[in-house]
Amino acid sequence: MILNNLLLLAFYSGGESSGGPLDVNPGVILWTVVTFIFLLLILKRIAWKPILNSLNERENFIKDSLDKAETAKKEAEKLIADNKVSILKAEEEAHKIIEQSREYAGKLKSQILDESKTQSKKMIEDATHEIERKNAEAFSKLKDQVADIAVQAAEKILRENLDKDKQIKLVNSYLKDLSKN
Amino acid sequence: MWNPDTLKTVADTLQTVKSGAQDTGWIMHHVLDAREIDLTPFGVIHLPQIHLFGIDVTPTKHVVFMWIAVILLILAFIAATRSYKKSLVPKGVTNLLEVLIVFVRDEIAKPTIGHGYERFLPYLLTVFFFILTCNFLGLIPYGATATSNISVTATLATISFAVIQLGGIFKNGLFGYFKGLIPHGIPFWLLPIMLVVEILGLFTKPFALAIRLFANMTAGHIVILALIGLIFILRTYFVVPVSISFALFIFLLEILVALIQAYIFTMLSSLFIGMAVHQEH
Repeated sequence: MILNNLLLLAFYSGGESSGGPLDVNPGVILWTVVTFIFLLLILKRIAWKPILNSLNERENFIKDSLDKAETAKKEAEKLIADNKVSILKAEEEAHKIIEQSREYAGKLKSQILDESKTQSKKMIEDATHEIERKNAEAFSKLKDQVADIAVQAAEKILRENLDKDKQIKLVNSYLKDLSKN
Repeated sequence: MWNPDTLKTVADTLQTVKSGAQDTGWIMHHVLDAREIDLTPFGVIHLPQIHLFGIDVTPTKHVVFMWIAVILLILAFIAATRSYKKSLVPKGVTNLLEVLIVFVRDEIAKPTIGHGYERFLPYLLTVFFFILTCNFLGLIPYGATATSNISVTATLATISFAVIQLGGIFKNGLFGYFKGLIPHGIPFWLLPIMLVVEILGLFTKPFALAIRLFANMTAGHIVILALIGLIFILRTYFVVPVSISFALFIFLLEILVALIQAYIFTMLSSLFIGMAVHQEH
């Protein structure tokens, strides 16, 4: 009786027809295999291959772009450095040129100054000589003229002297003047 | 020893089991597989009975929900693939899918398998998205969790087992693979024990995978149903807010669990594949 009941109990809990959560259904297993394999194959075709390819493509694209940007940056930096160097060089050259021209201008200035000084000195000297010469000439001319005038005056005086009346008159007029004074 | 009391006890137990089995029906009905899809109050869809070679291959509720998951996945990925054909910049739903794909690739497959992970990526991605979708289908109204069926999880774990073993055998050769199972430098007299332990270990891994997924996906639903059942057991309206808020909390937890279990299954499969492929570690 007990054994019978125990067997019944075991049979009952084991063969529960309404189903427990641990029941295994071969139909479901079969369908799961079929469904999963189908999903795997179809997704491999329509999804994983194109999507993973796209992802890789995009990753490579980004990597390439970054690399390109990096090289471009480096080039730009190099160019800037080169530019700086050339600007420095040009500035230096400009300074040099300015310095040279200043030096040259100074030289030229002093040269011109010297030249003009000597020239003016010479001109002054020439002029002095000329003046002296002219002076001497004029003096000699004046001397001649004075001598002529003196001779003429002497001649006139001599001629006047021959007239007595006139002489007396002259003397009188002189005397008059003297007395007036 | 065998007094009438014992007899009485056995009879009572049997009685309790008989009546008790029917009492749990209202909970288990929502968790167990069924031959019809219950859409109360809109009616019940009876699934057609199919028998093939003496096996009952009737598509059950869980099978139908697996198919729904498959259809959803195919539609989503067709949309995603189309969007990638248009431009490399993802948009809308493609963004979400891409995050998950990149997650599986970079956080699961790459670190656990390492070199040669690309070969297993389709399998891992499929298993991840399939489990994830099935888990989430159980959280919508009228939905059923196919992954809370031990037959489904055991089958998925068996497929994982096959992928792990075949991956290892293709990489290391049949003899090399089984030789690599046994660690180097152990005394020869330990070999028989180690062989048994290691071969047992091969089977415990997928067994754990199957039980973990099944238990996690079943437990949440049963806890929610028990909390709701509390209202009817205690027969008072005062317990309603408590039951509802706790059930809501468990539901939110289930969303988390749905994600985590999909991740765990994929992650552990990937880890075991990595161990089988690169045995030196």
